[in-house]
Amino acid sequence: MRTEMWTGMRSWRSLAVVALLVGNLAWAAEPATEGEAGAKAGADWKSWRADNNVTDMASVQRGARNFTSYCLGCHSLKYERWSRLGTDLSIPPALLQRDLIPPGDKDTQYILTTMPAEDAANWFGKTPPDLSLMARSRGKDYIYQFLKTFYVDPTRQTGANNLRLPTTAMPHVLSELEGLKRAVFRDEVKKGEGGERTHEQVFDHFETIAPGRLTAAQYDDFVRDTVNFLDYASEPTQAARRDLGVWVVLFLIVFTWLAYLVKNEYWKDVH
Amino acid sequence: MATESAAATAAPAKKGLWAWVNKRLPVDEFVAEQLTGYYAPKNFNIWYFFGSLAGVVLVLQLLTGIFLTMFYKPGELTSFDSVEYIMREVNFGWLIRYLHSTGASAFFIVVYLHMFRAFLYGSYKKPRELLWLLGMLVYLVLMAEAFMGYVLPWGNMSFWGAQVIVNLFGTIPAIGPGLVEWIRGDYGIADATLSRFFALHVVALPLGLLLVVALHLVALRRTGSNNPDGIEIKEKLGADGKPLDGIPFHPYYTVKDIFGIGVFFILLAIVVFFVPTLGGLFLEAPNFDPANPMSTPEHIAPVWYFTPYYAILRAVPDQRLGALLMGLAVISFLFVPWLDRSPVKSMRYRGWLSRTMLALFVVSFIALGYLGLQPAEGLYVMLARIFAAVYFAFFWLMPIYTSIDKVRPVPERVTYHAH
Repeated sequence: MRTEMWTGMRSWRSLAVVALLVGNLAWAAEPATEGEAGAKAGADWKSWRADNNVTDMASVQRGARNFTSYCLGCHSLKYERWSRLGTDLSIPPALLQRDLIPPGDKDTQYILTTMPAEDAANWFGKTPPDLSLMARSRGKDYIYQFLKTFYVDPTRQTGANNLRLPTTAMPHVLSELEGLKRAVFRDEVKKGEGGERTHEQVFDHFETIAPGRLTAAQYDDFVRDTVNFLDYASEPTQAARRDLGVWVVLFLIVFTWLAYLVKNEYWKDVH
Repeated sequence: MATESAAATAAPAKKGLWAWVNKRLPVDEFVAEQLTGYYAPKNFNIWYFFGSLAGVVLVLQLLTGIFLTMFYKPGELTSFDSVEYIMREVNFGWLIRYLHSTGASAFFIVVYLHMFRAFLYGSYKKPRELLWLLGMLVYLVLMAEAFMGYVLPWGNMSFWGAQVIVNLFGTIPAIGPGLVEWIRGDYGIADATLSRFFALHVVALPLGLLLVVALHLVALRRTGSNNPDGIEIKEKLGADGKPLDGIPFHPYYTVKDIFGIGVFFILLAIVVFFVPTLGGLFLEAPNFDPANPMSTPEHIAPVWYFTPYYAILRAVPDQRLGALLMGLAVISFLFVPWLDRSPVKSMRYRGWLSRTMLALFVVSFIALGYLGLQPAEGLYVMLARIFAAVYFAFFWLMPIYTSIDKVRPVPERVTYHAH
């Protein structure tokens, strides 16, 4: 209810993109081309930024689709209701019910995974965390880097490892989209404190093993949209907050200017 | 004197309802004594905004706090969720919560500037020693209030911050361990701790805060305000018995303060609406994770307003000695009225020695605040030791440098340039 005022203004431009959203995952699948990521792919992963924009409603809507398709199987957004998501993202109730809400759930319910927490802990060694506040506690860039630095690692139970969160319990669920890549490490010799030489494995670059359904650029957009949605979900009021803030600050400037004139009027008598 | 002028300015007896009220409740008399008949120095500058601003922030915190209390549910299993409920599902709950969390930081910014003003113009010197002590009491209660409020959202930094701070009491010889257990009400920071911090944060400490603020104001009215020249305006009275360099608090300073409050609210609104976490300084990222005794945040640091003291604590290798020095760093403020031996109040008429020491103190306070946010290792610890030494030198060498400092003659009347 509280957001109607704000989303109402936005709904006209969002309606157009709802059509895009409707649960279709028919990607314009072009096979990823070799060598498009350069010689040292991923070497600079620590400087990757999400650069998402929560006011880009089409992107947030795509992110919501990505979330329900790929994340909701294991992860919840326990502080967000489906109805709130529908209102904030200008998704008509019928579409929301048909394409996003799991069968049997009501739109007034919170966005919860159906995977039992205890089983999940048994299967993965750890219950998959709730993602409601991930964009605030870890940050948007963290999630972006995490989703883009999975690599094949046969020593792990899931067959996958991650640069951002080494030995993560999460399998690379997006591998069908991104494809498979291996991490190439180089041997670096470092001098220890006592002057002894130690060998250290340092990440050098990624090598594609098999392309996925998306090109590198498409996968980039996919991750960015998903981060954008998680950014929205971490603080659903943030767009309304900024919109309201402009008016509050403008009002205060006018008020303060008038107060300044009143003050001067009184103080011109003081000598 | 205040009562004399009040009698002179009080309006002649009126008729009707207002007169009926005034016979039973001295409204007009109070206004005449405390506002229109209260004379404040006319040469106040920007540094004199922060006292009334602190009062405004206090009211802001009380009002937003009342609304937060309506939805917040103290308890290990409910605190974190109820804060998110406020942020997401309560109408304008996000605004109330951000005003309260930003207000807490704003309170300390305003209070630190208010305290700096006292150092700048010697406002703690005779006859205002008690005014200063009551102000310091406000500061101490405020620190306890802020610390307990920070624990309530039950984020991971709330939990570990509480762990570190409460454990400091364990360094007290003999009674330490028992005292810590008594404060926590459990063998660890737990539900019992959270519930009692809630009781203290919303009932006991605000009452205490209001009481000491009231006493601070009564003491201020007794001596009257100091001013940038450090001259007692009561010593130069006009033919009408009023201070020649004074003007009625109302309307002159009420209209001026309203302007100052406007500027303050513009800055507050910019933070609340556009950068409510202020890059993790006002709301820390690890506090968006619920409290987890099994997972320690990478760096445990208190909120910025405590970090100068935290840096001093960590600068000492021995924990007990560190806690002692940290306590001393806070307590040192109390002795300032008697450590300062300068014959003049204001920095305007003091020599380079006093000015340099004050400047060094400000630099070390800010530097320690920065270092308290960094990991305690290598160069950071070294710098914290140097700045801690400067910090203590400012206080405990004060009797020496203020006695040998060359002062300039103080004028008879305040310096004031009409608008």
